[in-house]
Amino acid sequence: MRSSSANQRGFFFNVDWLTVLLYLILVTIGWFNIHSAVFDPKHPEVIGFDTNYGKQLVYIIAGVVLAIVILLLDNRFFIAFASIFYAITIILLIAVLIVGRNVGGNQAWIPLGSFRLQPSEFAKVTTCLLLARYLSGPNIRITEWKSFLAAGAIIGVPMMLIMLQPDTGSTLVFCSLIFVLYREGLSPWFLIVIALIIALFVLTLLFNQLYLILSLVVLGLLVIWMFKHYRQVVFAVLIGLAISISFIFSVKYIYGHVLKQHQKERIDILLGLTTDLKKKGYNVNQSKIAIGSGKLWGKGYLQGTQTRYSFVPAQSTDFIFCTIGEEWGFAGSLTLIGIYLFLLLRLVAIAERQRSPFSRIYGYGVASILFFHVMINIGMTIGIVPVIGIPLPLISYGGSSLWSFTILLFILVKLDSNRMGTISPA
Amino acid sequence: MNSFFARRYVITGIFVALCLVLLVRLFYMQIMDDKYLLASKSNVVRRYIVYPARGPILDRHGKIMVQNVPVFDITVLPREVKPFDTTLFCKLLGIDKEGFDKRFNKAVKYSPYLQSVFEKQVPLNVWASFQERLPEFPGFDVQRRTMRTYPDSTAAQFLGYIGEVTDRDIEKSGGFYRPGDYIGRSGVERAYEDLLRGQRGVRNVLVDSRNVQKGSFANGAFDTSAVAGERLISSLDSKLQKLGEQLMKNKVGSIVAIEPSTGEILAFVSSPTYDPNIMVEKGKGNVISAMYNDPYSPFLVRPIQAYYSPGSSFKPLDALIALQEGIITPQTTFFCPHYYQAGNHRVGCEHFDGVTDLRKGISQSCNTYFCNVFDRLINAHGPKNTATTYGAWREKVNNFGFGVKLDVDLPHERRGLVPTPLYYDNRFGKNHWRSSSVISLAIGQGELLATPLQMANIECTIANRGFYFKPHLIKAIGDKNVIKKEFTEKHYVGVDSNYFHPVIDGMQDVVDHGTAADSRIPGIVMCGKTGTVQNPHGKNHSVFVGFAPRDNPKIAIAVVVENAGYGASWAAPIASFMVEKYLKDSITRRPSGIDLHRYMNANLLPPTPAQIKAQKQRQDSLRRLMKDTSRKRTDTLEKPRVQLKSAGNNNRRDTMAKLYAARLKRREDAE
Repeated sequence: MRSSSANQRGFFFNVDWLTVLLYLILVTIGWFNIHSAVFDPKHPEVIGFDTNYGKQLVYIIAGVVLAIVILLLDNRFFIAFASIFYAITIILLIAVLIVGRNVGGNQAWIPLGSFRLQPSEFAKVTTCLLLARYLSGPNIRITEWKSFLAAGAIIGVPMMLIMLQPDTGSTLVFCSLIFVLYREGLSPWFLIVIALIIALFVLTLLFNQLYLILSLVVLGLLVIWMFKHYRQVVFAVLIGLAISISFIFSVKYIYGHVLKQHQKERIDILLGLTTDLKKKGYNVNQSKIAIGSGKLWGKGYLQGTQTRYSFVPAQSTDFIFCTIGEEWGFAGSLTLIGIYLFLLLRLVAIAERQRSPFSRIYGYGVASILFFHVMINIGMTIGIVPVIGIPLPLISYGGSSLWSFTILLFILVKLDSNRMGTISPA
Repeated sequence: MNSFFARRYVITGIFVALCLVLLVRLFYMQIMDDKYLLASKSNVVRRYIVYPARGPILDRHGKIMVQNVPVFDITVLPREVKPFDTTLFCKLLGIDKEGFDKRFNKAVKYSPYLQSVFEKQVPLNVWASFQERLPEFPGFDVQRRTMRTYPDSTAAQFLGYIGEVTDRDIEKSGGFYRPGDYIGRSGVERAYEDLLRGQRGVRNVLVDSRNVQKGSFANGAFDTSAVAGERLISSLDSKLQKLGEQLMKNKVGSIVAIEPSTGEILAFVSSPTYDPNIMVEKGKGNVISAMYNDPYSPFLVRPIQAYYSPGSSFKPLDALIALQEGIITPQTTFFCPHYYQAGNHRVGCEHFDGVTDLRKGISQSCNTYFCNVFDRLINAHGPKNTATTYGAWREKVNNFGFGVKLDVDLPHERRGLVPTPLYYDNRFGKNHWRSSSVISLAIGQGELLATPLQMANIECTIANRGFYFKPHLIKAIGDKNVIKKEFTEKHYVGVDSNYFHPVIDGMQDVVDHGTAADSRIPGIVMCGKTGTVQNPHGKNHSVFVGFAPRDNPKIAIAVVVENAGYGASWAAPIASFMVEKYLKDSITRRPSGIDLHRYMNANLLPPTPAQIKAQKQRQDSLRRLMKDTSRKRTDTLEKPRVQLKSAGNNNRRDTMAKLYAARLKRREDAE
């Protein structure tokens, strides 16, 4: 009893207040920018269900309550029920395909009264949990094929289901978990090969196939000549070349048959293959104008002309960064990205200080997902990645997104607060 | 802890590196590159030009000659159009369904988000009934513009007209004008464009992504307000102008009346004229092109652009120069044997005047007298010096504003013609011409050409006894009634004032009991000179120049009626009506019995080429008919004979009209 009460008392002291602070800063920044993005002088009230900022404030309050509830739960709860949570989300992901509401081409929402639940947001949390649970199990080596495939399946099943909605953005988020696998021993070649595949894909779309293949062959031969005494290298390079060339040929096919029209357009716009600023390229162009016109100090709160006069669509959700860039300038962008980076590094540090592999793996999962969201979201608003509709964590308007990140973060905070205790997977 | 512990640094490194990529890109976009800022400005700020009201033009008594009236365009913003009662709409505007679709589709094609004009210049009554029901037609609106209007419909050539700028105008103005702006195209509108147009203002308005206005940009810090154009007070007397136009109706010619003591032009009639209002109406294009093809050239500003030989109206000038030179005295006489023998040809004289002195010479318009005077003038330094003496004479004539531009304040004034000695050198050979070669100049014929304005200006000079003010049409500018300095300077012609009296005596005789006796106005002493200008192309032009009253003259006038015959029969009466109207504001019965309305109603228009052609055809068919009839029915010879006579008349008229047409064409070519 004594130790238990000491634990209870120690609980709030062990909470990583820095993370909590960063969380609060981010949701506050988010709220003000949503306020600016959709500010309507006809509805000056701050709280209520008439405006997005009114709703967001309700969501934030609910999020804080949710965070406290999570902190009050027992650590073992998350470990023990990981599989059950995972199963529930899988069921929800299947259900959403049947009973879900289609919004903007994605069948991603389950209507619950006036509120709409987005199961894919919560799938991130449960997948993270189950992955941590599985990888922290005894005798699990990611370097072994069996374990690797099992881990892949945990990640792959929700991905497939989300893909069917089809919500490409949320699907791709799961790819970020590759960092977790890497941290747990996955060969670095996976990262290198993925990077190479992305590079080759872009290069193939940008340049003539023939020249690309020729230059690859020349490069390959050069490497072979340099390492001609190392048979393995020569062999690897030859295989790599063969795979690359066949990949180049398949890119045209993937591009022509697998990708959807709007996805192709987004990639084309990103690579500058089409410049249609009126229609297809309108969003990104207006978004870039908004951010670029912020200059160093921005136009000031509620003063962004791009924002005020609704030039950027989805201003309060996926393109919320435009408001920040426009009204707070480079100073604001720098601050925000700084806060995110600080949070990411903090999360990595928290993960690394865990004694339990479960907590560590979960911590890396949280960091990876957060990182991917930030990169892709800001990247698309400034035109360096294709437009993929995923929210800016803790900032974009939307209850599901806010709560899923709250849960994601505070489970880690909770696990961390208890890091000294002996927790072993059930 | 874990064999892969070091990998945290790889992951951290990737996080930091990619965040740096974002920041570098943001730094470039937000700090280095200005294009986004410019793009965001052009996104939301719309520059609207605020058009100033163009200055009005008043007559000398403050009566409005040109002003702006509001006109109403119906505009449409297709995006905001919601279903409405199209039948009612079409009925109100007086268009059919097809016309509606055509206009609407045009607007949609232009842009669903931008306002465009649906129907231009709707009449006031249509506007009123439409405005009332406007709320029933969402997306439609009424836009107010201003248009020039001419309450009196007079003085078209003086006022000129405005039109949309062409690409060339824009280029010439160095970008001052913008497409859609209006610019003065002719007349005062053009001459005083800089003053009339005023100053444009700019309004910067914020718009959202759907082009809905959201208030002013930067609280109007960059806005400028429009400054209305200056008000111009014309020197014209609109009553006099109107009378002049009525008198010149169905005649070709012009009237110029000037106030000698100021040079202010009181009447500026160019006939045939047109109603300036048609230049601003809808679909004016057809009307204008029809007017351009009109054989009587209504766009020709005859007072400053038409050339006439001054004829006898030139004689006073001869006399004045000769008196100043001391060639003659008022008492000098010449004997008129009904002609003047110049070398081997004769210049005829209308009358057998016998012994003629200056006064008689002018009042009887004796050709012989003035040929003698001119002969003496040109031979003053011996026949060998003809060219230089002539050159000196020419300069004196130029001093009167003859053969030089008077710089009236209208565009495209023509200078007239007093040939240079060189001209005659080329024509006759150097030193191969004498006074007799150019003797027709003495009676204002030959190569001499003048505009009606120049003729009127000479009368001003005579009325003032030796000087004139630059004739001008705009008396005062703006609210402060600024008068241009150049209009207040006296131009002396180089003849002493005492030499004018004998000439004026002669000119008074002309009206009192000379050639223009029929035009004598009871109670007003008018001095004048008739001219019957030989016209090699057809019937003589009727000319009268003069001023009144004799002492302290108030009005100087020149009237030219083309192809009307004697100066005394048309130009002089018309001038007398003008003078009387101006001086007495009413027209009394004349002792001579001449009647105002006869002159107003007379049609002296020469036939047009089309009429000539029709006449010729009629004449041909008549001739054929006559031949046939004479062959078949010799007993009815009486009738064809009558027709033959009329055909002969037609024939004569025909030739004249042809020549007139040729002259018109030549004149247009010269323009």
